[in-house]
Amino acid sequence: MTVHREILRKADEVVERARDTGRLDRRAFMRLSTLGIGATVLASCNSSGPASAGKLLSFATMQNEKFERWLLGANTPSRTGRLTPAGARFPSYFISDSVPIWDTAARGAWTLEISGAVKTPRTFTYDDLRGMKMATQRVPHYCVEGWTAVADFTGVPMRALLETVQPTADAKIADFMSFDDGYHESWDIESTMHPQTMVVLAKDGQRLSPAYGAPARIHGPVKLGYKNTKYLTKIVLMPSPNGGYWTDRGYEWYGGT
Amino acid sequence: MTDGERSAGTVAPGAGASKHRQRHHPIVRATHWVSAFALLVMAGSGLRIFNASPAFAPKGETFPWWPWEGQAVPANLTFGGWLGGARHWHFAMMWLLVANGLLYLGYLWFKGEWRELAPRRGSIADAVEMAKFYLGLRRKHPVQGKHNALQKYAYSTMIVLGVVSVISGVAIWKPVSLGWLAAAMGGYHLARWWHFTAMLGLGLLVVVHVVMVFAVDPYAIRAMTTGGYDDDRFSPEARNARPFTNLAPAKVEDRA
Repeated sequence: MTVHREILRKADEVVERARDTGRLDRRAFMRLSTLGIGATVLASCNSSGPASAGKLLSFATMQNEKFERWLLGANTPSRTGRLTPAGARFPSYFISDSVPIWDTAARGAWTLEISGAVKTPRTFTYDDLRGMKMATQRVPHYCVEGWTAVADFTGVPMRALLETVQPTADAKIADFMSFDDGYHESWDIESTMHPQTMVVLAKDGQRLSPAYGAPARIHGPVKLGYKNTKYLTKIVLMPSPNGGYWTDRGYEWYGGT
Repeated sequence: MTDGERSAGTVAPGAGASKHRQRHHPIVRATHWVSAFALLVMAGSGLRIFNASPAFAPKGETFPWWPWEGQAVPANLTFGGWLGGARHWHFAMMWLLVANGLLYLGYLWFKGEWRELAPRRGSIADAVEMAKFYLGLRRKHPVQGKHNALQKYAYSTMIVLGVVSVISGVAIWKPVSLGWLAAAMGGYHLARWWHFTAMLGLGLLVVVHVVMVFAVDPYAIRAMTTGGYDDDRFSPEARNARPFTNLAPAKVEDRA
């Protein structure tokens, strides 16, 4: 940026003059600080900030997470009001080149494995899940990229599902894995156990279609969209966070709402 | 400062105790500059987040209270580099902004200095007189306390806008955990709009404030930094200063 360079050149001049005269009078001091602040502000335009702030930022992220976990403790349900589901206008996201579809011929029948820090690891078939007590909730979604859409999600509450495998005391994290090109995201156990977090099988009263994460996906209003793994294959409970697809690319791990 | 000026200053009659009184308490000076820095970072990173979707209406719908729907903010006005980076900055800097704001508001409250800022009965008439003076419709600067009536309105509005931006910001940060807050602001979309509008208002007042500091009371920069200020020589009232006129210090002898 040329303005920026010009300001630095001017600042150099002021410093030179101060060196020549051996003193930095008030006028020179004011000029120098104005130029210095101006240069800093200009250099900040569209920048990601100084790299040295990284530690401070991750410290803040950590503290925020504690605060957000405390807020979550209130177990507030998401508010729905009188909203109409968006149906097919609900956007569809995946990271593979094309819509991921579970290929029964190649991989056998789809199952959901729950393992890791649990007393009784278990593999659920689709019918096992369908046989469990289901819940339905209407959730409005507000995307940072601009779309808004409402959907009715029907599924098995995570809490009920995990009770069947008995998590151990060191199950602090749940990692939700998928067959969408390695996409996964790990959650804290409190959000996982939130009454509105579900393994979803149906959207707007119909079986999930491949565009929306068939055969099963994670859905919970307490997390940002990218934390909600679709095309679910495996839930592994573990003692410490295991990152995730977008988390590993610099987005906040906690991603709570 | 030349030697002549300096000696004139030291021998001037009436150089009393009030002369070297500090215009602003150290807490006010520190919180002023901290909020200047924090607000700049918050605005820049906020605009970068806004650019991820520079509109208030759900996609495909129109929004009556923002004429530039869909128009992104120039990248050079933003800070954070990318969506995730801007979010990190925004959610870190907010604590500095809030802590700093609470310290300042606490000071105003416990020291009773809010009285210098809050408009009261008669402030509207005073503000009209002040505007008349600035427009050249009145010759003499109206008598004022620490701040003139226009300043009172501007500064107290800035505080209100700051509070609105924090509350609406919390509402869109935690729309589920604190769902009642977003609902109280008219829903998520309107809460976003409140947040953005409060920022715009604050930004506008900051620009006016900075222009007026240079155009009317440049001595305020020192008063806000080291605290030094000589009401008898520097205050706009003593100088009878309107924008870009009577910037030189008043001669104390004239008033004695």
